[in-house]
Amino acid sequence: MAPTKLLLRGGRVVDPANRVDTTADLLIEGERIAAVGDRLSASGAEVVEADGQIVFPGFIDLHVHLRSPGREEKETVATGTRAAAKGGFTTICAMANTEPPADNRPVVEFLLAEARRSAVVNVLPIGAVTKGLAGESLADIGELKAAGVVALSDDGRSIMNAHLMRRALEYAKMFELPIISHAEDTTLSAGGVMHEGLVSLKQGVQGIPSTSEAVMAGRDLLLAEATGARLHLAHVSARETVDLIRAAKGRGVAVTAEVTPHHLALTDESLHDYAPNYKMNPPLRSEGDRAALRAALRDGVLDTIATDHAPHTQAEKDRDLEAAPFGVIGLETAVAVLLTVLVKPGLLSLTQLAAALSWQPARALGIPRGTLSPGAVADVTVVDPGRAWQATAETFESKSLNSPFIGWALHGGVTEVFLGGRRIVHTGEVVTP
Amino acid sequence: MSMSATPWTRKDLLGLEGLSAEELTLVLEQAKAFKEVSLRPIKKVPALRGRTVVLFFLEPSTRTRTSFELAAKRLSADILNIQAASTSLTKGETIMDTVRNIEAMKVDILVIRHSVSGVPLTVAKTAAASVINAGDGSHEHPTQGLVDLYTILEKKGQIAGLNVAIVGDISHSRVARSNLWGLTTLGARVTLCGPPTLVPPGIERLGVTVTYSLKEAMREADVVMLLRLQLERQQQHLLPSIREYAALFGVNREKLAWGKPDMIVMHPGPVNRGVELAPDVADGPQSVIYDQVTNGVAVRMAVLYLVSGGRPAKTPKPAPHPERPVTA
Ligand SMILES: [Zn+2]
Repeated sequence: MAPTKLLLRGGRVVDPANRVDTTADLLIEGERIAAVGDRLSASGAEVVEADGQIVFPGFIDLHVHLRSPGREEKETVATGTRAAAKGGFTTICAMANTEPPADNRPVVEFLLAEARRSAVVNVLPIGAVTKGLAGESLADIGELKAAGVVALSDDGRSIMNAHLMRRALEYAKMFELPIISHAEDTTLSAGGVMHEGLVSLKQGVQGIPSTSEAVMAGRDLLLAEATGARLHLAHVSARETVDLIRAAKGRGVAVTAEVTPHHLALTDESLHDYAPNYKMNPPLRSEGDRAALRAALRDGVLDTIATDHAPHTQAEKDRDLEAAPFGVIGLETAVAVLLTVLVKPGLLSLTQLAAALSWQPARALGIPRGTLSPGAVADVTVVDPGRAWQATAETFESKSLNSPFIGWALHGGVTEVFLGGRRIVHTGEVVTP
Repeated sequence: MSMSATPWTRKDLLGLEGLSAEELTLVLEQAKAFKEVSLRPIKKVPALRGRTVVLFFLEPSTRTRTSFELAAKRLSADILNIQAASTSLTKGETIMDTVRNIEAMKVDILVIRHSVSGVPLTVAKTAAASVINAGDGSHEHPTQGLVDLYTILEKKGQIAGLNVAIVGDISHSRVARSNLWGLTTLGARVTLCGPPTLVPPGIERLGVTVTYSLKEAMREADVVMLLRLQLERQQQHLLPSIREYAALFGVNREKLAWGKPDMIVMHPGPVNRGVELAPDVADGPQSVIYDQVTNGVAVRMAVLYLVSGGRPAKTPKPAPHPERPVTA
């Protein structure tokens, strides 16, 4: 039987790996991309008219809290991956801070089995760096690698013991696993709720200083440099951290770094009425920090955009700002927010956006995705840049609604998504298999 | 002080930040009218007859609660006291659940004290009742700020142009924040003084001066306001010891001489005697601490009256005004 053919006709194809940004047809045969070019033959192919739309490599999110196992009241593999698909993500990495945490083979295997059963997109597990995420002793990293993890992280917690972090970086080298650092010196951030600055001062809320991130990022950059290991810095939020990464990259340190849509879009001013949906860790920082993050994304000091999708129930978020948990969801609004606040005003090109959402995350993990090269796996996301919509409680596939963008007027919507050549989103809605 | 023509249009009093000089003056004038009432043999007026005031205190505070209770009583309101121990909040009920329950009883004014900043604001966003912030976390304590403004005005005859030094733990003080907004709006020059660990960096951007020297702070001061030091600050590495704090920032008779002879000494209470204030200064001729307590009732009467839809008057009218603009 000949493979199914699908022709995306006349879209704006943006493929940073091949330095392509042009109006073209894209032909998918079976699971793979067959060709990108002008007026490709449609014979035997289902044709999807992509005129006026943007054809991206499927987005890859290195930082998702799927909450399974253990906290399925917040999110499940099924709901989390449906949210991912709706947001144009074809591959997501599941953070290890589940209950129990992914510090051993059975938990990783449980997640992978759950993904085979109910996932709509690719799920790549991240293993814990330390046993029980306790920051006291190394997890069985070899066992985790054998179980299929693609990176290591204690995200949600910081590894405060510098010696342990050094040994983790060294040990992970033999498995070629990057360590994703949630950089936070918790002796500096303890008790903090929002960015320490003029807004927290006026509001009488205990602050989380930028130094709590930068001090730890600086430590990790030096340890990565000394060990020659692969470091990825999660959710960079502070200008000081950006400066440290820029300097480290200048010295040739093997570091990549990510930034979230919410840190790119918002500042601590959003907390003026103490709304818990703007509470996350690291916190929304100042206008100056946001400007530094945007500039660093443009010049490549920050490599990837990751959502840090962190679902929490309404009951948990319906508390005062101190009691509410840190974290916001982000999969379904990410590309629309980025198009609205960065691309539309001319602060970021589509190529830069695609690099940060697809190509660079694939490179950070060393996985053969994130491109539209002929022969590559056909993970493709089609976005209508003209679609205006509003995020409301009803639009979310995620089990949780803790989005800071509810009520925002957004420009740009995901219309079609293909995973290995198979359609998983049609006219903006997840196709139920 | 002349009668202001500006009407009070706010449903709530959540903080002094953002209040105009006219609005502040309006409250102070109204408080003056009520203070005159409190000097009469019969101290009660019927301004809030038939209205229900809930005193919802989720953090212990005998002083502020008593002051509000007396104020509401003198306005003839019905009063409901709800305190931390008597609520189901400990059983996992959220603050909003509790407020919805209280609201279902059709109350008119909610006076809220809470240890977390922002809670009164969150409540005010959904509550139909007027909300008065009786102190939230380290955010604001607007009625205490108004009491202090009133007391300064009473003692000094004006606020514009005065030098006011606020000394102590500025970082964690809601009293300092409310005073900062009120005083700067009314044209006083505010100097904040304390160790750098207790004075937030960047606070100069709010239009105040910072010094780490008590002598410097007191040199030109017409008013020196000492803040209560929470004694646990030394466990948080903010201070080496209470003894050293008292030596550097506590005011005793000797240091009082650094200031002008007519400088007044204020404290929101309760005083840690021997820490921020020596007993002989607290009870001395320059201290206006007990005037602050007395004025507390009149100022809180004014606030209750205005948020409930009252109109400024020298002598409050007996009938309550039913209409209440909701524009806050
Ligand atoms: Zn994290």
